[in-house]
Amino acid sequence: MEIFIIFLSAILVNNFVLSRFLGICPFLGVSKKVETAIGMGVAVTFVMTLASFITYIVYHWMLVPLRITYLYTIAFILVIAALVQFVEMVIQKTSPTLYQALGVYLPLITTNCAVLGVAVINMNEGYNLIKSVINGFGAALGFTLAIVLFAGIRERMEHNNILNAFKGFPIALITAGLMSIAFLGFQGLL
Amino acid sequence: MKTIAERIKNGVLVENPTFVQVIGMCPTLAVTTAAKNGIGMGLATTAVLIGSNVFISLLRKFIPSKIRIPAYIVIIASFVTLVEFLMQGFVPALYKQLGLFIPLIVVNCIILARAEAYASKNDILTSLFDGLGMGLGFTLALTVIGSVREILGAGQWFGIQIMPSSYQPAIIMILAPGAFFTLGILMAILNYIRNRNTKKA
Repeated sequence: MEIFIIFLSAILVNNFVLSRFLGICPFLGVSKKVETAIGMGVAVTFVMTLASFITYIVYHWMLVPLRITYLYTIAFILVIAALVQFVEMVIQKTSPTLYQALGVYLPLITTNCAVLGVAVINMNEGYNLIKSVINGFGAALGFTLAIVLFAGIRERMEHNNILNAFKGFPIALITAGLMSIAFLGFQGLL
Repeated sequence: MKTIAERIKNGVLVENPTFVQVIGMCPTLAVTTAAKNGIGMGLATTAVLIGSNVFISLLRKFIPSKIRIPAYIVIIASFVTLVEFLMQGFVPALYKQLGLFIPLIVVNCIILARAEAYASKNDILTSLFDGLGMGLGFTLALTVIGSVREILGAGQWFGIQIMPSSYQPAIIMILAPGAFFTLGILMAILNYIRNRNTKKA
């Protein structure tokens, strides 16, 4: 039950993009088309779930026994960078089609703060291995949900008549704000 | 001397990271619930930016270009850890407020972007001032956003009541949506001014 609550809260209530402000760069950067948004979402989901798992192991089996937990920032970012590289190589070998679809987004994930963010949140909350992975997976699904919805709205806005000053980023930010209000409604859920 | 002034002006105005380049958005939106948090986050990022710019410029001839990105990330992460310790020790209240976003300075694109675009190609002194200029531009932007949100959302500025007591604070401004609205409207105002100026010229 607790695991289900963590999962649901990561997707809706504490949505990474709209209420925690993690992963805003790809959210604004690659959300012009629904297709690319889905590609980014899948890539992030993959990496975030794996990263939650591996950073848990690195933290509890390496940093804690060696008493160097204060080096967590360096350790986590190195693990994530290596993981992204590794995932890129594996996908390239096993599924060239998926690689082509995700291609450009994979290296970008290293500097996506949602990935490092979820690792640090798991550590701060003291989640165990299962809860960490579920939290990572849920948060990534929340990210995907937000970016795909956002891309859908932006595609429609292409045809709208927008004040000159608001074109581009300003209107995108206002849209994100309205979506964020909608997601505030989930606060009462849990 | 001329390049120093030019670098600082470039960071604060010409290539302002927030309003012109639109990078480093996560901390910009997340920590600006009050003007004080904006300044704190801005200065912490500035410190890391100056440190990493100087160090990367110093090592630019030794880092092989193939592994430069991981090398930069390690340098940046070391400075972030340093800043984290200093803040934990000297400003614990602010440290608690900013919380998660201090380790996340590592993945702030501004820092990696400056390392890649400027510090890896230029000498130490100009890199230092490039970092300072960019950091100040970021701090300024965060402070402005933080001020707007604090004044409208809490009726205060730097914790001092400035709105008349009859003013009903718009709580939404200090919640998540307010961050998006404030930045969107500020950027629209800047666009408007820029469009008008180019029309005149």
